[in-house]
Amino acid sequence: MKEQLAKIEREALEAITGAGDSATLDELRVKYLGKKGELTAVLKQMGKLSPEERPAMGALANEVRSVLEETIELTAQKLAAAALEARLKAEAIDVTVPGAPVKQGHKHPMYIALDEIKDIFVGMGFTVLDGPEVELAELNFDRLNAEEGHPSRDWSDTFYFDEDSRVMLRSQTSPMQVRAMDTMSLPIRIIAPGRVYRKDEVDATHSPMFHQVEGMVIDKHITMADLKGTLNLLAEELFGKGTITRFRPHHFPFTEPSCEMDVQCHKCGGAGCPTCKGEGWIELLGAGMIHPNVLRMAGIDPEEWSGWAFGMGLERTAMRRFKIADLRLIFENDVRFLEQF
Amino acid sequence: MNLSRKWLNEFVEIDATDKDFAEAMTLSGSKVELTHDIGREIENVVVGKVLSLIRHTNSDHMWICQVDVGQPMPLQIVTGAQNVKQGDLVPVALDGSLLPGGKEIRAGKLRGELSNGMLCSFQELGLDQRDFPSAYPDGIWILSDDPELTGLTLGQDIRTAVGLDDHVAEFEITPNRPDCLSVIGLAREAAATFGKPCRFHQPVVKGGGEGVLPELLDVETPDPELCPRYTARMARNVKIGPSPKWMRERLRAMGVRPINNIVDITNYVMLEYGQPMHAFDYRYVKGGKIVVRRAQDGEELTTLDGNVRRLTSNMLVIADDTRAVGLAGIMGGENSEIVDDTVDVVFESANFDGTTIRKTALALGMRTEASAKFEKGLDILNTLPAVNRACELVELLGAGEVLDGVIDILNYVPQPTVLKVEPEKINALLGTDVPAAEMVSILKKLGFQAEDGQVSVPSWRGDVKEMADLAEEVARFYGYNNIPTTLMRGQTTLGGYSPEQKLEQRLGTTCRSCGYDEIITYSFISPTWYDKIGWPANDPRRKSFKILNPLGEDTSIMRTTTLPSMLDILARNYNYRNKDVRLYELGRIYLPGGENGLAKENKALTLGAYGESFGFYNLKGVVEAIVKEIRMEDVEFVPCSDNPSYHPGRCAHIYACDHCVGVMGQIHPNVSKAFGVDGELYCAELSFNELMSTRGADAEYVPLPKFPSVTRDIAVVCDEAVTVGALEKAIRRGAKGLLKEVSLFDIYRGKGIDEGKKSVAFNLVLRADDRSLTSEEADEDVKSILEALEQECGAKLR
Repeated sequence: MKEQLAKIEREALEAITGAGDSATLDELRVKYLGKKGELTAVLKQMGKLSPEERPAMGALANEVRSVLEETIELTAQKLAAAALEARLKAEAIDVTVPGAPVKQGHKHPMYIALDEIKDIFVGMGFTVLDGPEVELAELNFDRLNAEEGHPSRDWSDTFYFDEDSRVMLRSQTSPMQVRAMDTMSLPIRIIAPGRVYRKDEVDATHSPMFHQVEGMVIDKHITMADLKGTLNLLAEELFGKGTITRFRPHHFPFTEPSCEMDVQCHKCGGAGCPTCKGEGWIELLGAGMIHPNVLRMAGIDPEEWSGWAFGMGLERTAMRRFKIADLRLIFENDVRFLEQF
Repeated sequence: MNLSRKWLNEFVEIDATDKDFAEAMTLSGSKVELTHDIGREIENVVVGKVLSLIRHTNSDHMWICQVDVGQPMPLQIVTGAQNVKQGDLVPVALDGSLLPGGKEIRAGKLRGELSNGMLCSFQELGLDQRDFPSAYPDGIWILSDDPELTGLTLGQDIRTAVGLDDHVAEFEITPNRPDCLSVIGLAREAAATFGKPCRFHQPVVKGGGEGVLPELLDVETPDPELCPRYTARMARNVKIGPSPKWMRERLRAMGVRPINNIVDITNYVMLEYGQPMHAFDYRYVKGGKIVVRRAQDGEELTTLDGNVRRLTSNMLVIADDTRAVGLAGIMGGENSEIVDDTVDVVFESANFDGTTIRKTALALGMRTEASAKFEKGLDILNTLPAVNRACELVELLGAGEVLDGVIDILNYVPQPTVLKVEPEKINALLGTDVPAAEMVSILKKLGFQAEDGQVSVPSWRGDVKEMADLAEEVARFYGYNNIPTTLMRGQTTLGGYSPEQKLEQRLGTTCRSCGYDEIITYSFISPTWYDKIGWPANDPRRKSFKILNPLGEDTSIMRTTTLPSMLDILARNYNYRNKDVRLYELGRIYLPGGENGLAKENKALTLGAYGESFGFYNLKGVVEAIVKEIRMEDVEFVPCSDNPSYHPGRCAHIYACDHCVGVMGQIHPNVSKAFGVDGELYCAELSFNELMSTRGADAEYVPLPKFPSVTRDIAVVCDEAVTVGALEKAIRRGAKGLLKEVSLFDIYRGKGIDEGKKSVAFNLVLRADDRSLTSEEADEDVKSILEALEQECGAKLR
């Protein structure tokens, strides 16, 4: 009997480890371990053994059974893993085939630049204002200290809707300073982006319609040093940390002192190159301390309050930001252009 | 404004390089646009002496010259010119030299004879006859024939030899600083910028010319407010001729062409003092009388440029007893021009009202250097020194005899502006800590008189009126870039976006997520675009804000609709053969009837698209996505067949809570064609105001269903004319409260369905919130729905 068991074990192990698929394995399980299986058949002969032999033989038989069961289990796992591997291999695809297209819309590059600027100022507690483009000359000029006779009031420079030059297309976003002073309570921190209009023929750097963003702060103890600090921050946010700026005296009727801010040319680092026309600097915006006359006309006492204001062209900023060479592309709206951003 | 550095140095000595000069002046407020070296195009051209010349053996016109250019050995140079003699001093372009226009001279052989360079004409050096009136025009420039060219040495650089060694800075002067439109004005700024002393010159006129000025000339100013000051002097026995070299050189450096001594003097003084001058030929000042008066309406004057000008009574003329002889402050008249045989000259140095000059120049389209200065408002005290300077120059040039005395009508006596210097206020505005003494020192350098904490503003600084103006002067010379940079302190303000701005952002995001690209179009359009979009001639929406001085018809009215702008861009992309284009614009329209005579500037969200397999329902899907994103309720698409811009069978109005929010559909084929597109275009126009007012409240959580739902599919047959929208409405009305969702899944026409009918299939989802539905309950609801469909729409279960 002992020999019988050893023979079964030997034969079964050989057959199990040689099984090529799970169906064969199942057959072997029935053949050896099933109710009518070979091992079961041997065990049935236990009755013939003497009581002394039975325990040892019983233990041996159980040992053989568990060895076979374990081997079957292990083999089954191996076969399953192999089958999975084969399936995955068969399912392989060409991952270099392009993906199913998803059409994403694109924000206009000018508005990408504007949204960046808005976020910078909103973060500093500024409110974003919207205002009319068909505007009173009174707000666009008189209230901004640009007297009768100021050259920008000429019909050759500004679009008018009536012979009296009363209603016009705003030539700057600056009337929003006046509108803010007239309607908001102090202190004020606003920016006002929008369309402005000047009588310029269309070319690579000019358009009769373009965009500006105006910024203004009125509070007690506001200084020109504050103006510089804020504008430096803007330059760094737009053109990267460490951007070098400089301030030059300039003239605007509605600020005094007035200045223009240049950023050091990113291309040549100030040495002078074609991008900055050899100057080493690129003009970014105009600014200044709000002229006391402008405050007075709005009923704000310049002895008590002071403020600064700036205005910058958005197209130029966007063009610099994205290296767009021709302003006409901005208004042409060719999707091959729009979808680059 | 051009500035000759040589001329500047007469007043203040500054030896900075062009680059340093430009930077320093720019940072103190006089912006230098660019600088140039007058002789920059000439290199390696020197003064040489012709030692000998012999005929070229192989040429009947060439000469072989031996030329001494200050080197140990003379150079052999071949020339074809016939005016060179032995001993002449001539400009010699050496081997490897450069001439204006980028011309390079190299040694070479001319018909077998070595030529080590070239002898030059003055034209080859970029000059013209006006620069050197005595030079022979058709040959080599014989320097030794010109008595004005003295002290020449052999081998001397031609640029220093003939005065082409000046450097010029081109300034952009802001309109508040007309005083800087002069050499003296810029000298003041340069002196303050570089901390150098300024030497000003008081003109001295010897006078003594024959005659008594008041007897010869009488001046009247009947409109004193248009002519606050009129100053005049006379010179007699004038000899008209070229002005001297130094004067021609300076005029040239400043960009002014030399004409003759008298005219050059007036230009010279204008450049130096910033005071426009005019010279009349006394012969043609009839009656010896000058009247500065308004022109008569329709009066005519031929100006110096030869144009006949028709004048109005808003214009100021200089007239004699009988007629106008000049347009005040703009241009003289041809009838009193200085000519070659002029003998007696009247110099005018006046102050005119800037606005009148500006309006006249604008109306006549003749802005001149003089008018550009006058319109900014000039220093009334400058007329006298200027006229004296002119007369001094007449004497210096030996051009004539100046009469004693000056005619000087002063209609307005200016009072100097006196301001308190308030250092603490100035520092508070600038955010600086500049000591009071430094402020006063800066102001003094600029010509302010300081005394007892007060300053008196110089007459040429009409722009300085109050503390802030003084602060700017201090800041300019303290240095804008020395002002510290600080961040604002003060009351915290709550910034942020308004609900409207937030909705705009949300709409933009939704459009882009649906694949639509953002565009920006002009606010002004051509009135013909209303025709192109099919609006009838009497359509009230055509009433637009009209620009009276547009750039052109194309941009002459403010749009009352964004549709044509979108169609224009769609058409452009179509013509570029861009495929599958999807665009949106959030732009304004400009309707009459706003406050204060302004426009009602409403915003519109416009969508536009075309493409292969793009149709009405693609666009509708996007509109629905927008509607859903902003949580609008009770949205309905109502067929619209009478909008002339759209296909009558493929157009819908969009309603929300009974408000019409917009319109969408396929563009009418005629309209597409008018924009040059032969394919289908689709557009939607949504009113931003309506989107704003009908948008839903913010989202609130609704518990997820706890019980399973039951779904039922139904298909009904109805007349072709019955819309899916009507069927859906009937379904919703028929349901008894268990219906949660209805969705269309098929429309079928054809076999099995009668002609003129269609089968429409819906998927219904029914659910109760508090229990699992039984099949019977669901069936009962569906039964009720089917009854409603039959009653309301005549639709029968298929």
